[in-house]
Parts: sequence; structure tokens; C-alpha cells
Amino acid sequence: MAKRFTLEDFLALLKKYDVEVLEDVKIDGDLEIEFEGSGVDLTAFATLYTLLNEFGNFLYHTNMALTYLQRLSTMLGIPMPFQVQMPAPPAVPAPAVVPEVKVPEVKLPEKLIEAKFEAPKVEYLGQIEEVVLGATRADGGTRDYVVKLGGEKSLAFYVFDKPQPNLPAIAIDVFDRPPALAKAVKVHYEDVVGSPAEWAKKCVKKFGADMVTIHLISTDPLLENTPASEAVKVVEDVLQAVKCPIIIGGSGNKEKDPEVLEKAAEVSEGERVMLASATLDMDWQRICEAAKKHGHVVLSWTQMDINNQKMLNRYLLKRANMPRDSIVMDPTTAALGYGLDYAFTNMERIRISGLKGDNELNFPISSGTTNAWGAREAWMADSPLEGDTPWGPRELRGPIWEIVTGLTLSLAGVDMFMMMHPLAVAVLKEVFNTLGGKVKGNVADAGKWIFAEV
Amino acid sequence: MKVKSPLEVYNFLPRTNCKECGYDTCMSFASHILDRSAKVFDCKPLVRDAEKDAKAKEKLEKLIELTSPEIAEVVVGVGSSALKIGGEEVLHRHELTYFNPTAFFYDIWDSLDDKKIDERCDRVVSYKKFYVGKYLTLDGFAVRCTSNDPKRFAEVVKKVAGYGKPMTLIALNPECMKAALEVVADQRPLIYAATEGNWKEFLKLALDYKVPVVLRAKDLNLLKSLAVTFKSAGVKDLVLDPVTEPIGEGLQGTFERVIQLRRKAILDGDKDVAYPIMVTPIAAWMIEGDEVTKSYWETVIASMFIVKYADAMIFHSIDQHVVMPTLTLRFNIYTDPRTPVQVAPGLREINNPTPEDPVFITTNFALTYYTVENDLNSAKIRGWLLVLNTEGIGVEASVAGGKFTASKVKELINETKVGEKVKHRYLVIPGLAARLQGAIEDETGWKVLVGPIDSGRIKGWMEKNWPPKK
Repeated sequence: MAKRFTLEDFLALLKKYDVEVLEDVKIDGDLEIEFEGSGVDLTAFATLYTLLNEFGNFLYHTNMALTYLQRLSTMLGIPMPFQVQMPAPPAVPAPAVVPEVKVPEVKLPEKLIEAKFEAPKVEYLGQIEEVVLGATRADGGTRDYVVKLGGEKSLAFYVFDKPQPNLPAIAIDVFDRPPALAKAVKVHYEDVVGSPAEWAKKCVKKFGADMVTIHLISTDPLLENTPASEAVKVVEDVLQAVKCPIIIGGSGNKEKDPEVLEKAAEVSEGERVMLASATLDMDWQRICEAAKKHGHVVLSWTQMDINNQKMLNRYLLKRANMPRDSIVMDPTTAALGYGLDYAFTNMERIRISGLKGDNELNFPISSGTTNAWGAREAWMADSPLEGDTPWGPRELRGPIWEIVTGLTLSLAGVDMFMMMHPLAVAVLKEVFNTLGGKVKGNVADAGKWIFAEV
Repeated sequence: MKVKSPLEVYNFLPRTNCKECGYDTCMSFASHILDRSAKVFDCKPLVRDAEKDAKAKEKLEKLIELTSPEIAEVVVGVGSSALKIGGEEVLHRHELTYFNPTAFFYDIWDSLDDKKIDERCDRVVSYKKFYVGKYLTLDGFAVRCTSNDPKRFAEVVKKVAGYGKPMTLIALNPECMKAALEVVADQRPLIYAATEGNWKEFLKLALDYKVPVVLRAKDLNLLKSLAVTFKSAGVKDLVLDPVTEPIGEGLQGTFERVIQLRRKAILDGDKDVAYPIMVTPIAAWMIEGDEVTKSYWETVIASMFIVKYADAMIFHSIDQHVVMPTLTLRFNIYTDPRTPVQVAPGLREINNPTPEDPVFITTNFALTYYTVENDLNSAKIRGWLLVLNTEGIGVEASVAGGKFTASKVKELINETKVGEKVKHRYLVIPGLAARLQGAIEDETGWKVLVGPIDSGRIKGWMEKNWPPKK
């Protein structure tokens, strides 16, 4: 381009020839456009508005022009020049149809940009110990079946990393004296309270428990203070009544539990029960000796502290010489809304440490999920606070509180749940079977809710 | 965030320790950037330089890029009720913390009559649940186009917008969505959803109305392709919905897809899928069964994905047995594990107590403390409340763990001089600390009364036990 040609010249030229549409225009080389002075007087453009619009459409198709438009728009401090609301052109009479002021259309893609999603895979070096509860006749017991806990090589239900050898098991709680229970729970056991054997049967036959836990709470010196030797008769009754693996719990009294569990271990010789529990502040050595002598498993229970859990496990392994396949951990369960975050994270950290190869933490985890009923949201008739939206029927709130507490902890890696409400048991089983790949089927149209009136 | 040490941030800072950001040193500021308690923009000199100098601007932008969260943060809604979703950094909360709680959108559908719509909206906006010192409330609405009528949808969306909460608009028909956006685009709703079938139209809508958009596809290759396409066309505010299938193999597959999406973004640093994730528990309402079954299953699906990586959710049920557990779980999971939930120990005066009123004691675990304080207030009980430093542990665990002991109670009584404020010597301890009764009496010389296990029952307990029989 030998001659300098300004934008204004160009537009004037177009106007002179009454050009309204530009077709098949190509610009080669450099196009220079200059503005004089620091401020640009927009009204100067107003007269050229219509043509400028046309010009814009034309420029849009050329690279250089696009650069120019960007420069211009930066100068004017607006996204694109033709968006500016112009005053009605005073000099040029308005055309019959004012072309709509619009942004030059961003070119929308015609086709999807194909991308490939390659699923990541995570592998851990460690593996959770597999612990067998119960013994069949073949192994010197009288159980109909055994329950295997643990054995994972991946996070809970991450079957896309590694198959999960055992899905979580559920044990329902049975007590040797009437315990303090929430009403919604109590109604399901009213007919069997007072008979642990019948109670255990109901749990297995009616409510689908994999195991039962018989809690010998009457041995508590603050309650009936039943002597250990007498209390464990209930254990024999329960072993007779049901043929599932069982767990035997004491009263939580640090002085008395070792004796109670020792006697319980004796009467259940060969049945491979789990003794619940050994804690740091009691004679864990005595419980372990009883477990080893009679072939049982010990539950290692600490209060929401990964370091204490590691310490107690180390004592059980190194000082009490417990076999690695005979330890289950209870790192303590707090209810939804009452410290569940601590319980969840503590268990998740324990599980990840175990998978990463910490061989003092790679044991199956047990959760006392019945603790969920301690939450007032689970059992109270309604909120004690005036400001709260009414809480709704507690018959519905209670079981879901136990379900959500258990479900959350199952995702942290819990291998067995001690529970109470039959509906909670049924729902959690369904969840475990679903995530474990044992429930076939699907809904026909997963998008139906988008349109459907529910 | 890409940077892993404060030093990497420090190198971008002016290193003058000017304190304009509120921290004493640039190094301290850098460490706060790293744990996300400070923002790059808080460094005023850096921002000022960037305004003047292109090179400084480049440096600032680089720092922002290096310190931006692993998962993109998307804003839905405007003003004080706006929700931030995504913005996460880690797969497990103990590795740092989770940041933006899963946003809960509650179902409104446009074929419902206006009166019912108002009832549902009222319930959502007026919902309150007291928890750890404050009321939990609900986030927003999901307005579904069940009429397939653009006019009706726009009308209902406008009505719901009047309630002032963030919205997700749900319609696969672009005409319906466009009609709704015409009336509420300025409220920055999240639009749901672009699919394999309608993505071109939805891409245009997202561009024209500048709103965040959900991409929906069960096939993760397709979902990623949608994300790449939208991003390259200039839409940055994306949310990914890998399709929630409510039962059986479908739900198992959903679990896998959600986890793989998030792991891909965080472990592999794949920015093409590093967006917030949408899960739709409402899909549970398409299974067979009665209302309780459906609402329970809705809660189950929601809980599963509150724990694992959902950043936004659509609920149908507004019943308490769905709302209360999910709201509580979300609070628990998104609590910052780095800061213990504690209140200051000491003596609190409840309802202007007199020297005749009872002295209670509880722990400094925030949840315990606020529960007791509120129960006392709510029941209009006057009293003195001692707050024992149990290092943020609740009553039961602190008694078992030796953090709630007779000697610590004695120290607290002495420190607070509560004995000078009351004329009696009676201390009411929590029912769960009953076993400390004798020890505290021996240690302090006060008469110890064992209160109820739940502070919600203090009122009934008082009727029988206060004033104490001599």
C-alpha cells in the first residue's frame, strides 16, 4: 500500500458510493488506522455508525482487522466497539430498518473436541489382615458358618482398584439385662428382653444379623455385679441358641472385665469368639492370654487416638504375643453430629496407614454404631429449642441417624458394625451389597427425575 | 494448589515485610496463602505494581495460577447468599481440610400449583437447625421444568427467584432454559444440564447469559469431551454430573465415576476434569417403593457423596429425616480438622443468675458447650456454667481419657472464684461424668449432684432436685 488511507477515508468512500454490503473483500498487507489526540470522541463515529457496523462485519473476517478491533476496543475501554449505545445519528437520516447492534458471533464449535478419560489406578503396598470369627465343626467349633473380616488391599468399596475380599459384617447387640434403650429401638426387642438366647435368635432369624454381640453388662459392680462365672452361663445359652459367630462384651468396668472375659473365653472354647474389649487402662495381658489359650480374637479398643491405637496394638502383638490374625480394632465411634468427624478421620487415617504398610495398624476395624442413638436427634420427641424447625417423627429420624453414622464410617474402612435398629441393619446391608457389586439391576432411565413429577 | 512450600510463594512477594496484608512478614503471609487463609490479592504492593507494570502483572497472574485450588471454584447466585462450590485441594480431609461445603438445592417443579410452590419455598427459606453455636440453614432451590412450557417455567423461576436464594435451573430443552434465563440470568443461576443431545444450544446459552453450566454424561470420555469443548469456547464455570443412578450396579457405577473424576483431577492433575461435581440424590425417587423407602434412599445416596466428593446436590425431600442428617453430616465432614472445635474455658453466667442459683459444669468441646448453653437458655434456667478445659473433648470421652478430673474441677473452681458468687456449695455435674461424683466431692469439698445424661432434660431434673433438700 503506497498511499496512506485512513478509516475515515475508507468509510467516506463507501458512503460516497452508497455501499451497504461488502462482498468477497480481501485485504492484503498492513492496514494502518490512527486516532489523533488522547481522547476519542465517540460522537465522531456516530455519523458513521451504520457503515461502521457493516464495516465491522466485514473486518471480522480478516485477521488484521480483528487485531484492529481489539486495539480499538481497548482504547475505548469497551468489549467491542459496535456494542456502544450510540446517540441517534444527527447528520445521517436513520435508515428504515436499523440493523441490530450485536457482538460479532463467537464461532461455536460444530463438533465436540474428543477427549479421553483414563481412569487413575491406586495401588497400596500393604494389606489389611484377614480375621476369621467363628469356627465350624471342621475347625473344632459348632458354628454353622464363619465371618471373615478385612483382607482389603484398597480403600473401602474401591473395587475398581482391587477386589474387596470381604464386605462389612453386621452384629446386633444383645444384653444380659434390660439396657437403657431409645424407644424406637426398644419396641423391637420388648418380647425378648430378659432372655438373651431368644433375643439372639430374633436378631439372626428375623433381623438378618451376621453375628450377635452378647454384652454382659450385669457384671458391672454398679449394677447387679453378677459374678463372672455366673454371667458367662448366658454365653453358653447364646451359643446354643444361635449358630452364627458371636462377640462377647463386658460391662466396661476396667477392674472386672478381664475376669469376665477370661471366664467367657473358657466357656466358648473352640468357637473363635471375639472378646470385647482390651483397653490401655486395663489388664489387657490377661484378656490376651485367655484369647490365645482358647483360640479367640481380641478387640483392641482406644478412644479416638491413632497413636494410642498403634500403642495398644503394639502391646498386644509384642508383649502379649497375639497372633496377627486375632486382632480387630475399635477406634471408637461417635454419633453423627457428636464427633463423627473425629471418628471418621481417625478411622480413615488408621486405614490408610494400614494400607500403606504400617503393620501395627493394618487390622480390621469394628464400630459401635449403636452409639448413634446417644444423639438427641435420634431419640428425642422434638427439639428442646424453640428456634428449631420441628424435628418431625422420631421413628423416622432414629434409624436414619444410625444408618448415616454407619454408612459414613463404612467409607472410612469399618469392617464390622455393632448395631441395633432392624431397619438400620437392613439398609446398611443393602448399601454394602450395592457398593460391593452384589446387587444387580438399575433403573431404566437415570434421567427420568429431570422431567418427572415426583 | 501447585505450590507446596511457603518459600515458592515467598519468591513472588515483595519481601519488604510491609505488613499491609495484616501479617508481620512476607514469609508468614506466604504460609497463609498456602493454607488458604489469605488471598494473593491481600498483598497490596503486588496488586499496585501489577496495575502499573505489565511484567509485574504477569508475575501476579503466575502466582494466582500457582496458588489456585486444584478443583475450580464456581460461584452460583449473587450477593450475600451466593454459594461457592468446588475449590477443593485434597482427597482426604485430614490432608488439609475440605473448603466449600456441598451446596444443597431443593426441588421445586413448575407443574406444581403456585400455592404449593410457595409452601415449599417458605419451608426451605425458613428452615433452621441449631448446631454448635449457630443455626444451620438451607442453601437454595432446584427449579425443574416438568411442564415443558417455556412460559410457565420462566414464570415459576421468576417466582422462586423472589425468595432470594441461589438456584439451579433444570431443563434439557434449550427453549425452556432460555426463557428462564431471560428473567433470572442476573441472579447467576447454575443451569442444568448440557448433554450429548443439547450441548450446542447450552454452550450458546452459557456464553450469552454468562452463567455456570452443568455438563451431564455417564460416559466419562464424553463428559471430559464436553468439558474441553466448553472450556475452549470460553466457558470456564463448569460443573460435572457423571449421572447419579440410584440403585444396584448403577449406584455402584456412580460411586466409581465420582471417585475417579476427583482422583483424576487431584492425583493426576488433569485440569480438564478439575471441576465441581454434581450428584442428584433426587434420583432415588425413581425407584420402587413407598415414600419412606425413597426418602431413606435419598438420604443414603446423599450421605455417600457428601463424604465422597460431591460439591453440589439436588434433593427432592424437605422432610427432617432427610434434611437433618444430611445437613449435620455435611457440617461434620466440612469442619476444618486443623482447628479443634473448642470454646474458651471459664465461668459463664446464664440468664443473669443470682447467688442462689445452681452451678453446672461442662466441657469446652464446642458442641457440648453450645448444647448445654442453649438448653439452659431455652428452658429459661438461671445458673452459673463452669466450662472445663478438656482440650475440646466431650464429656464421656474426656472422663474416660482423664481430661475431666476432680483436680481439674478444683482448679477451675478456684480460678473462676465461683465460690464467691454463690451462697451455696452445690455443683451439678453431667450424668455422663457420674463416676467422678465422689472424687470431686473429696477434692473440692463441694456437694456434687449428678445431673441428667442429656442437658435437654435439665429442666425436668431441676423440678425434682433444685433447690437441693437439706
